[in-house]
Amino acid sequence: MKKVYFSNILAFLFLFSSVTFAQHEHSADTTATPTTETTTEAVEGKHEESHGEAKFEPGKLILEHIGDEHEWHFATIGHSHVSISLPCIVYTKDGLKVFSSSKFKNEHHEAVSYEGLKLDHHHIVAEDGSAVYDFSITKNVASLLLSAVLLLTIFLSVAKGYKEREGKAPKGLQSLLEPIIIFVRDEIAKNNIGEKHYRRFTPYLLTLFFFIWINNLLGLLPGGANLTGNIAVTLVLAVIAFFVTNLNGRSTYWGHIFAMPGVPKWLLILLTPVEVIGLFMKPFSLMVRLFANISAGHIILLSLISLIFIFESIAISPIIVGFSIFMNLIELLVALLQAYIFTMLTSTYIGSAVEEHHH
Amino acid sequence: MDLITPGLGLIVWQLVIFGLLFFLLSKFAWKPIMASLQEREQSIEDALSLAAKTRQEMAELKAGNEKLIAEARAERDRVLKEAKEASEAMITQAKSEAQKAGAEEIEKARAAFNQEKVAAVASLRKEAASLSLEIAEKVLRNQLADRAAQEALVTSLLADAKLN
Repeated sequence: MKKVYFSNILAFLFLFSSVTFAQHEHSADTTATPTTETTTEAVEGKHEESHGEAKFEPGKLILEHIGDEHEWHFATIGHSHVSISLPCIVYTKDGLKVFSSSKFKNEHHEAVSYEGLKLDHHHIVAEDGSAVYDFSITKNVASLLLSAVLLLTIFLSVAKGYKEREGKAPKGLQSLLEPIIIFVRDEIAKNNIGEKHYRRFTPYLLTLFFFIWINNLLGLLPGGANLTGNIAVTLVLAVIAFFVTNLNGRSTYWGHIFAMPGVPKWLLILLTPVEVIGLFMKPFSLMVRLFANISAGHIILLSLISLIFIFESIAISPIIVGFSIFMNLIELLVALLQAYIFTMLTSTYIGSAVEEHHH
Repeated sequence: MDLITPGLGLIVWQLVIFGLLFFLLSKFAWKPIMASLQEREQSIEDALSLAAKTRQEMAELKAGNEKLIAEARAERDRVLKEAKEASEAMITQAKSEAQKAGAEEIEKARAAFNQEKVAAVASLRKEAASLSLEIAEKVLRNQLADRAAQEALVTSLLADAKLN
């Protein structure tokens, strides 16, 4: 079962993509670029002029890494780029177009345009300025698909374990995940939503928890995408949380928003707008919290690694590596913690929405 | 700015994939997992409550047994006591009856003896009176003939009377 899923996703990815090991041919000028620091200013100046990418810009690098791209870039070894070109799916004025992102590069790895489209800062734009709707399988979407496959593989096998060993003690992956599933069910869902309604929301909360957690962890892998640190992803999660909460709102919930009981009438003029803003601030805070936490972790890690290149010294690397490992461990904790916090807060919002009248 | 601008493509993909994931996981993972967990918890709870119930029943049974034993013991003691009392009563009664019968017999014997005695005394008295009359008659007759012979006669009569 597991193998089937993996081969499916791989087949899907390779359908429109190709692994590139592009050899970047440099001009004679580049091969002469001095590599030591004892070069004269004249030579260095010439080097910068001829080769913009040689100058290290940590800000640009970090933003590129935590952003999205149309190819999955793993490493650059020498002048070879190890990357997967992902499929581009765009809707333009000429209709739907599906092609590999490798079309945006020529054999020398230089940016070129393709069918009137070009890449501008990792965005596909039309050369004539017309609107382009980009539904490409970007690095983040690929990572999203991978995480979905992983989640399905893991939890379907766990579910199978329950079917096979019905009424018996859990085993393997099942026994690893069972306490977490029970924790989500009892501590998050039951505690915040209440005995009467929690069963309805447990599947959603479990999906949410494990989705955020596994994507946080995938993001920590070298070359991993910054999916949960992408505002589009957290936006969707927050909007879903908003709808789940408010579509289940009871009279007590709406009563507390539009006519807070036990408050003088004239104060409601002040209180109701505050409550209405709060309605939207809750999912907004969910969105920003997850996005900011995960992105910040990535930025810190990348900054630490960038320090090696800023100092241009190998001597500093042991310290940086130490810090990076420390940060990585913290990020592992943050990955779990943010999944917990997002799920917990969502369940408290749902809990307040479904709460029965008891005044 | 790029960082905080949500991309349309990713929003759509995220919505679709998360939705699908929720649907598939709910149907094929969470539902059976939740059901099994609940079933297992229920069976554990049932087993525990059954054990507690059995324990209580055992204790009750034990207490019942002890009660039965105590009751049987008390019954036995009571029966023994009653039997003892009955036997004692019977013995006492028998004794008193025997005593009473004995006393009656003695009384009867005594009464008979007294009657006999009275009769004997009466007949003796009668005998003695007739004898005295006989003697007196004979003495009176002999006195008229011989003095010596009279005395001898009296003596012999007396001896006769003694022999009688």
